[in-house]
Amino acid sequence: MSNAEGTPAVSTTQPVKFYQVGSFAVGNRLVDPSLRTVQADAARTNTITSGHRACQGCGEALGARYVLDAAMRATEGKLVAVNATGCLEVFTTPYPETSWQLPWLHSLFGNAASVATGVAAALEIQGRDDIRVIAQAGDGGTVDIGFGCLSGMFERNDDVLFVCYDNEAYMNTGVQRSGATPPAARTATTEAVGSEPGNPFDQGKDLPRLAMAHGIRYVATATVADLHDLEAKVERAMDFRGARYLHLLVPCPLGWSSAPEDTIRIARLAKESGLFPVYEAVDGEVTAASAIRKLVPVEEYLRLQGRFRHLFDSSGAVARTDMVARLQQLADANIERFGLLQPEVT
Amino acid sequence: MTAGAVDADATTAGPRGRPELFQVRFHGRGGQGVVTAAELLSVAAFLQGRFAQAFPSFGSERAGAPVVAFCRISAGEIRTHAPVAEPDAVVVQDATLLHQVDLFNGLGPEGYLLVNTTHSFDEMGLGGLVDRLHEERLVTVPATDLALKHFGRPVPNVVLLGGLAALCGVVSLDSVVAAVHDRFTGAVADGNAAAATEAYRLVSAKAKTANEEVAARA
Amino acid sequence: MLSQLEGSRAVAAAVACCRPQVVCAYPITPQTHIVEGIGAMVKSRQLKHCRFINVESEFAAMSVAIGASATGARAYTATASQGLLFMIEAVYNAAGLGLPVVMTLANRAIGAPINIWNDHSDAMAVRDSGWVMLFAEDNQTAADLHVQAFRLAEEMSLPVMVCVDGYVLTHATERVDVPTQEQVDAFLPPYKPRQVLDPADPVSIGAMVGPEAFTEVRYLAHAKQLQALERIDEVAREFAEGFGRHSGGLVSTYRVEDAEVVVIALGSVLGTIKDATDELRDQGARVGVVGITSFRPFPLDALHEAIGDARKVVVVERAFSAGFGGVLSTDVGLAISDAKARLSTVVAGLGGRAVTEAGLISVVEDALADRLEVLRFLDLDKDVVDRELARMAGTRRSGPSAENVLRDLGTVASRAL
Repeated sequence: MSNAEGTPAVSTTQPVKFYQVGSFAVGNRLVDPSLRTVQADAARTNTITSGHRACQGCGEALGARYVLDAAMRATEGKLVAVNATGCLEVFTTPYPETSWQLPWLHSLFGNAASVATGVAAALEIQGRDDIRVIAQAGDGGTVDIGFGCLSGMFERNDDVLFVCYDNEAYMNTGVQRSGATPPAARTATTEAVGSEPGNPFDQGKDLPRLAMAHGIRYVATATVADLHDLEAKVERAMDFRGARYLHLLVPCPLGWSSAPEDTIRIARLAKESGLFPVYEAVDGEVTAASAIRKLVPVEEYLRLQGRFRHLFDSSGAVARTDMVARLQQLADANIERFGLLQPEVT
Repeated sequence: MTAGAVDADATTAGPRGRPELFQVRFHGRGGQGVVTAAELLSVAAFLQGRFAQAFPSFGSERAGAPVVAFCRISAGEIRTHAPVAEPDAVVVQDATLLHQVDLFNGLGPEGYLLVNTTHSFDEMGLGGLVDRLHEERLVTVPATDLALKHFGRPVPNVVLLGGLAALCGVVSLDSVVAAVHDRFTGAVADGNAAAATEAYRLVSAKAKTANEEVAARA
Repeated sequence: MLSQLEGSRAVAAAVACCRPQVVCAYPITPQTHIVEGIGAMVKSRQLKHCRFINVESEFAAMSVAIGASATGARAYTATASQGLLFMIEAVYNAAGLGLPVVMTLANRAIGAPINIWNDHSDAMAVRDSGWVMLFAEDNQTAADLHVQAFRLAEEMSLPVMVCVDGYVLTHATERVDVPTQEQVDAFLPPYKPRQVLDPADPVSIGAMVGPEAFTEVRYLAHAKQLQALERIDEVAREFAEGFGRHSGGLVSTYRVEDAEVVVIALGSVLGTIKDATDELRDQGARVGVVGITSFRPFPLDALHEAIGDARKVVVVERAFSAGFGGVLSTDVGLAISDAKARLSTVVAGLGGRAVTEAGLISVVEDALADRLEVLRFLDLDKDVVDRELARMAGTRRSGPSAENVLRDLGTVASRAL
């Protein structure tokens, strides 16, 4: 902006951008208060307060805020969090600051579940088990290095809600492959080179179903694209006692090479393609699945992410039809298994 | 005071001129209660106001493997926890260990030997021991049979303690029985106590006879 | 109360009297009887207000203890050897966070080769972790040190490890005056944490600390250990007042007054060393013994004073640093002010090999006669070693050394011991 003489004028106002996502997505003043989300509430606890160092568009920062504010409301603020090493822990506690507004303990990498067990045991033995415990970790800290401790916590049915923020790789250390990395995805340790670029089409590790196999009271999957659904699941989880598990898909713009503004859209497409099934299970059996509203082929989801770039040619058309077809098979299998194209049953 | 039966409160000379120390080594197989035998002996000594220490020396294998356990009894504090290298008495719970394990290692000429068997020393090929040790200090006891008789299980460990009490008097029979009731209850305790008592009488009688023979030959 | 019982049970009874609120342990030989004992007491409600948690690994055990301690509960665990190594990340974590967890370490060798018997290699692996490390000489001390450990840990906000020789002490049945509940209650007040997870007053525990402040935060650990050096003797004195017997402290001495040779060690081997000392004294040799109870913090001054003017110091070590020599003796070396004093390391009793009175006597006699080298492996079968070295030099595919050596020695079961 410049004045008539061509000298640039100093801007004294900061442009504010409004995102119109639809009134109901979060819930504004037009929506009945009972239908609004926790995030719509100006008096929400803001458990992870601003000033943290997450990347622009970080799905995990969003997801953790959603989860914790909902959990704080459900528990009336009586909540303790245990956090594994990882992005969430690192960007929320850059020395000498912390953005946590609840009692928070950084465990180690693989033991968030065990440390949380200890916290819960102490609260119980002190007669203070009105205070609830949440453990949180990334996918690496859950499905790989954290699996032993998590399985032990499940087996003992310790009173902890374990939340996995799944961005499908070890992001904080530079995007290395984890047991949750999907097939064909490029990571620093599964480069997009060779005849089968990206992560191999191996077994994968389906933690939600493994959690169900432990027979724990409540297992749910969710994404950052559906705030109502996520908050309802957190609230529901807090109704149960014993071991509970929530698996949250959180796109990572840096690691997925996606646009920061696409985080929520990508999460939605993960669900709408069938690649990430959204469902709930009680006592080891699926009780509800969130139906796909508008089915999309997997390539619509993949195309937005640079980690799948090698599957496409320069014009954006699918080049590796074989690999995309196999990914489509995975999506179709999920659709079949969870009945994702049926109308929602409640 | 005859050599075979010693007054319950008297002490026997141990190695290195420490008159108050008496050391026992138990041999058996895993699952036969060898470790318990040593423990109960130590409890019996404790009940008599003595210092006592019992401990095993075994591997991570379970039933059937050779097991060794030790017991030290002393009027004064016992400081060392090293294995017993020179036992004053050796108790063999399982005669199948003979000729397989060096059961008599360190047993001196004044030593006592108690073997659980229905055979004689000659029948077991141990006649030569008589030359090395005092004949009246080598005794066999059919402890497994006594156990079966009194409580229906082939566990000879406590039975042998009764025999040991009679053989060398390091503890009294009453203390052994008290230790049994301290550890076990009901029919198991009563059966063990009865078997130990019968073993005591058997060994006392054998020792008496042996002493008379030795005296007659002298 | 005077009892005749297994060391593990005595420790379990003492720990139970300390009213732990969370006990979490994973089984490993030779600590099992301790944890089983406490577990039974919790199940029978003899020990109340205590959650006993069967964890799925040692890493989980220390982690659960950390979580519980950070929430203001008195936490206890026990392990040995491989288990200690499996939890080592969490061991350092507990010290770094200043959480007063108490742990029994039933000293056992570390593999390979796998070995379930007693030596101190496990303790040595964590000597820099920041834990207070106390070594018990017998089962009375083992029981008593746990009571002192909780008191010390909670006062200092430091975790404390009580080292009890595996099998040798844990599985030895001997006379112990087991502390009573009344005695312990009078000695050990309820836990008042310095930091605690509490929604009423939220704090962030375990945040990252960068180069700007790491040194200072770590120095605090050092300062705390130096404070502990003062407190340990005081706590032992206060214990003596309450319980009527001396147990613990930094070091203990035996017949050192005019000693020409001083033998130094940790743990149960001290009993045998004292027997050997009496024997040697009877023969006119001027020998003394110094037992180190507090290995960390290391009692440099107390040790220096105890050694006095002795010209020969023999450290009997139950561990060693491969390619180098002693571990304990390196620390002891710092306490010897007289440059003319000759320090010898005798590595003995590795992997549970018996340390005999005869062996010790022979070592001290060698020391007196200036025949003891700087580093000696007691009772080493040099022939067996040389044969294996020759095998290795002769052929590339020489196979596992352990198998070769065991075959060379013949069946172990054919011996008496």
